[in-house]
Amino acid sequence: MLTIIDYDAGNTYNVKKAFDFLGVKTRLTADPAEILASRGLILPGVGAFAPAMQTLRTRGLDTVIKKAVMQKTPLLGICLGMQLLFESSSEYGEHKGLGLIPGKVIALPRKKGYKVPQMGWNENELIQKNSVFSFVAQQYTYFVHSFYADCDNKYIVSRVDYSVPVPAIVQNKNVYGLQFHPEKSGNVGIKILQTFVKEIIYNDNSGN
Amino acid sequence: MLAKRIIPCLDVDNGRVKKGINFVNLVDIGDPAAIAAEYERQGADELVFLDITATNQKRQTMKEVVESVSRRVFMPLTVGGGIKSVAQMQLLLKAGADKISLNTAAVVEPQLITKGAQKFGRQCIVVAIDVKKNSATGQYMVFTSGGQHGTGLDALDWAEQAVSLGAGELLVTSMDKDGTKSGFDTELYRELTERVDVPIIASGGAGKLNDFTAVFCKGKVDGALAASVFHYGELTISGVKDTLKKAGVNVR
Repeated sequence: MLTIIDYDAGNTYNVKKAFDFLGVKTRLTADPAEILASRGLILPGVGAFAPAMQTLRTRGLDTVIKKAVMQKTPLLGICLGMQLLFESSSEYGEHKGLGLIPGKVIALPRKKGYKVPQMGWNENELIQKNSVFSFVAQQYTYFVHSFYADCDNKYIVSRVDYSVPVPAIVQNKNVYGLQFHPEKSGNVGIKILQTFVKEIIYNDNSGN
Repeated sequence: MLAKRIIPCLDVDNGRVKKGINFVNLVDIGDPAAIAAEYERQGADELVFLDITATNQKRQTMKEVVESVSRRVFMPLTVGGGIKSVAQMQLLLKAGADKISLNTAAVVEPQLITKGAQKFGRQCIVVAIDVKKNSATGQYMVFTSGGQHGTGLDALDWAEQAVSLGAGELLVTSMDKDGTKSGFDTELYRELTERVDVPIIASGGAGKLNDFTAVFCKGKVDGALAASVFHYGELTISGVKDTLKKAGVNVR
């Protein structure tokens, strides 16, 4: 079963609708036993880093997610859910994240001609040619964010060009993250979710 | 590089798309989800739904429209028309909307912009501004209530104020150009883009392919919205994008 981790994140229902559209059954839950028994996990998210992390902690979900990842369960973080995978964020002060991918979440630098938040469709440049997501090369996906993940190139599957190069898809072993919204990125977005389910969860092609 | 956006706008009355829409291949021409899917197929970057329902009682149906569209169409959805409270915003966002557009209510109660931005983030709050040029003074003025009420507000000042209150995007319609098919008011948008640093969506006046090139190149806007030229198939979204590409404008 594919589980969408329930912590009242704003895009939860739209993410669920995208899986419904694909005919993939999902379960929305915050129950530790159900999460640990899942074949794959989705961590959605919209909004600010600190309150989201606080909600995860209050519900004991931070430990559960880390445990599931140690059991090699594939995990996909979306937008803020992707940022939460990193070690820390400097959004309104310094805050610790889940620490599942080395790197820090920092503000998009202000630069003339680049509005913050980055809001709209941007073109993916593929970095890891062998990724199951290699079809995102030169494809546009939909972004809404003011902070980005500053991490080593080895974790970056694809990136987009903005005021700095922005990691779009990241991966560390069985932990995956999407800075954009696949549930708002048309056919490409839907294909990314489908690939996560087909190639990563059910083919165990998780890079382990 | 971020792509410039092409945005069709749909008027919804009591759950059905109004104003004629002429897609030959659609069975149910009034169904918002079917029309949204057709625009997605054509390459639309975003959709705006404007609730033109007159009575509050029927407004509940807008939630159902958003719900059904977001089950089938996976692109950003902006919903506007008669939204007056944070509770109404929440209802529509939960149903699947990504952005809420405020027009008259934002002028009547500017704090609504701030309340919405604080609760949902400024990227969720679009302020729609209907603008008419005073022919005597040349000043751009704000009109509300579907263009019937002159507010006496200067459009550039109001734009700046809306952004400082929390608006994450401005959807600016030139009433002088709306329906004329004589091109966008590029001068208005050039002035606006110099004053505020949130995305600006231009609306009103789209008639031919080159109008889009002009509003992106001269007006420096981030998106262009149109209704009838797309509804009647006078222009296609892919045709507009091909023209823009040739002119060196970055589109998806």
